[in-house]
Amino acid sequence: MHDNEHASHHHEESFISKYIFSLDHKMIGKQFLIYGLLMFFLGGGLALLFRWQLAYPEKPLPIIGASEQYMEEGEVVTGADRMWENIYESEKEEWLEVNMPNGVVEPAFYNMLFTMHATIMVFFVVVPILVGAFGNFLIPLMIGTRDMAFPILNMLSFWLAVLAAIIMVVGFFVPGGHAAAGWTGYAPLSSDPQWTGVDWGQNLWAISLLIQGFSSLVGSINYITTIINMRAPGMTFFRLPLVIWSLFIVAILLLLAFPVLSSALALLIFDRLAGTTFFTATTEGGGDPLLWQHLFWFFGHPEVYILILPGMGIASELIAVFSRKPIFGYRSMVYAMIAIAFLGWIVWGHHMFQSGMRPGLGSVFMTTTMLIAVPSAIKTFNWLGTMFRGAIKFTTPMLHGIAFVSMFVIGGLSGIYMANTPVDIFIHDTYYIVAHIHYVVFGGSLFAIFGGIIFWFPKMYGRYMNDVLSKIHFWLTFIAFNCTFFPMHILGVGGHMRRISNPMQYEFLQTFEGMNIFITMSAFTLGFAQLILVFNFFWSMYRGKVAEQNPWQVTTLEWEAPTPVPHGNFGQIPTVYRGPYEYSVPGEEDDWTPQARPEHAPATSGD
Amino acid sequence: MLQWLPENVSTFGQGVDNLFYGIYYLTLVVFILVMGTLIVFLIKYRHQEGKRADYIEGSTTLEIVWTAATTVIVFGLAMLSYPQWNNIKSPTQFPDNPDVVVQVSGKQFNWDMTYPGPDNELGTDDDLKLENELHVPVNAVVHIRLTSEDVIHSFFVPQLRLKQDSLPNRFINVWFEATKAGRYEIPCAELCGFGHSGMLGYLNVHTQESYDAWVQERWP
Ligand code: HEM
Ligand SMILES: [Cu+2]
Ligand SMILES: [Cu+2]
Repeated sequence: MHDNEHASHHHEESFISKYIFSLDHKMIGKQFLIYGLLMFFLGGGLALLFRWQLAYPEKPLPIIGASEQYMEEGEVVTGADRMWENIYESEKEEWLEVNMPNGVVEPAFYNMLFTMHATIMVFFVVVPILVGAFGNFLIPLMIGTRDMAFPILNMLSFWLAVLAAIIMVVGFFVPGGHAAAGWTGYAPLSSDPQWTGVDWGQNLWAISLLIQGFSSLVGSINYITTIINMRAPGMTFFRLPLVIWSLFIVAILLLLAFPVLSSALALLIFDRLAGTTFFTATTEGGGDPLLWQHLFWFFGHPEVYILILPGMGIASELIAVFSRKPIFGYRSMVYAMIAIAFLGWIVWGHHMFQSGMRPGLGSVFMTTTMLIAVPSAIKTFNWLGTMFRGAIKFTTPMLHGIAFVSMFVIGGLSGIYMANTPVDIFIHDTYYIVAHIHYVVFGGSLFAIFGGIIFWFPKMYGRYMNDVLSKIHFWLTFIAFNCTFFPMHILGVGGHMRRISNPMQYEFLQTFEGMNIFITMSAFTLGFAQLILVFNFFWSMYRGKVAEQNPWQVTTLEWEAPTPVPHGNFGQIPTVYRGPYEYSVPGEEDDWTPQARPEHAPATSGD
Repeated sequence: MLQWLPENVSTFGQGVDNLFYGIYYLTLVVFILVMGTLIVFLIKYRHQEGKRADYIEGSTTLEIVWTAATTVIVFGLAMLSYPQWNNIKSPTQFPDNPDVVVQVSGKQFNWDMTYPGPDNELGTDDDLKLENELHVPVNAVVHIRLTSEDVIHSFFVPQLRLKQDSLPNRFINVWFEATKAGRYEIPCAELCGFGHSGMLGYLNVHTQESYDAWVQERWP
């Protein structure tokens, strides 16, 4: 590549161009990371609110709820009694008083809480961190180039995401409340305000996601172009680290999937604001509610793989580095990801088995869904193979890598139950699905994110994260996570529906009261454990132990760059001589052979 | 874990449960094998001073073996499931000549049951409309004509192992044959608005005599 004179020479930058409207991929990556962590708190807080309601239905929240009425009478008039009255009059009253009269979560508010929890976690936490933060930070560094192909687009991608987040947050405060039709936004509930009483909340939800879609689109074009065109000399496709492969594949999925959601959202907005009926079946003809589901899931299933593939990539790095071994079956790992990316397009109907879609199609989608379990299994076996006869170092990032694999196994196996159409009749729309989602997305993607943050932190900020705090955070999270989400499988087997605000209204769910309380306690523990991570993150940025250039002794190119990484990344662009996982090569003195070390050159170990 | 399943009271429910159990044992075995291997590896191959990892890049044979094995297993599972699924959901395979036909319509936040009456036709004078109460005889084939008046709801009877979304302006047929008299809940399983939680009907499965008496009372 062209040697970038002006990129590497030192020029003074103003605060604004360095930290705010930065064009540097590393800064944009960090911006996405902090953005994601902030939204993580919002999303998590919402979850704790509705978990309280599930464990103690109609009981006021301890802090907000110590209302006079409750103190005096031991109960409060809320819930179903007030539902109808409140729904259209909301604008006249105070926000908290409308949504949580006397500290009790109203049913309509409850719907909004879980809708926004999922929307924020999926679109504003996991994707921005995995794709926005890791993608931006790692791609140029790991393929050996100075920046992204289109730095201005890159900046645009971040600021569009900020705009989307602002719009999404504003939605909480508009009259009628925020979107409350589930993160899946099924029409006609979402497409006609009369069914929920939600007015501009749902519109803003759709508009915000449209903008977030543009942000992803711009980012993915950038990633694809960069990876195809700007690899360092010698960096062939089959020498790319798996995390780069995963981000490459995800960028392609984003590019193809998001426009489908955008179209669906546009139609939804027309239905809501212009009186069209794309998603409503009227007697005079019109559209079809199932059209929304097809469009949503045609996007949605690739989307769930967007949520996991970079996690798989990160886990692969962690496991290879800390087993000091090459990835077992590197090529089959790549092919498995490609297979997932292809098959991901033909399985969307598994979300619609009970939707009224023609039953014959159910069988077809069951078959394709079963097929997609195969590459997932291949990946798992290869991770095990990578650890086989390794020299495993139990660093905190590795603990997260191991947690990723074990949690993903549970999530993948629960997928088999739901892929099975007859079994899905029973567990569809129950907590079984909730358990599955969280085992793959929290147990999978988030553990990979945590591990990745701790692993690359020394390159990002030139310091280590505090290891004691990281370990406490890991173990608390791991235990509380399993206590929170494993019992949800049991709730699902008992038939406990998802998205209900008060399970105690049902005779057949009475036995689950204790379990719901246990889950809520665990969820609060889980939530508070995350404070440790965030504290550690910001504290270590300034106070952490200073890190050397390549603290984990990794072979890939990002560790060739000086720490802190300067503008332009590398003094001279490195040349790549070998694959990314040359650990413990026989005959070599060190147990790691950097990608950039010339053949037969004398080993220059440690820095 | 599966002892938490509600009691099954439908003819096809046993088939569903068998698959459930089959998958449960299958995944349990896989889980124990994978986790066991993982734990053994973590202990056995932990980093020890002076010991290096073996340089192993992979094994084509193993890749082929485990790809083939998982493919065969998941396809086998799919094969076992097709007939059960069709039996429950494909209208062409429903038992003919239902003993009872009822139209069930979801609306925010109730289940409306409409019986066609003695003339067996909906939309006539002898129709009977009931809110949230469905009455059927035990050991009889019941056809439900499922629809909705506003948004999507989902007709769920846990003990029948039956769930089907109901859609506005569409009629979806489902069937069941209950094997045990009793009163069962019919929660709505699809988010349908602020009253979704608590949208609840009841399925009353009568003995034949008590059902006949019920019919006698409604259409004397
Ligand atoms: C072995 C692989 C997998 C299989 C066979 C599988 C199968 C399924 C099926 C059949 C459903 C629909 C269940 C229902 O609603 O009745 C589902 C839901 C879901 N899956 Fe998976 N899945 C797999 C892996 C994953 C992965 C890797 C992710 C994401 C990281 C994921 C995320 C989700 C989510 C978010 C939902 C729920 C969507 C919703 O209704 O809100 N799954 N999965
Ligand atoms: Cu899916
Ligand atoms: Cu409902």
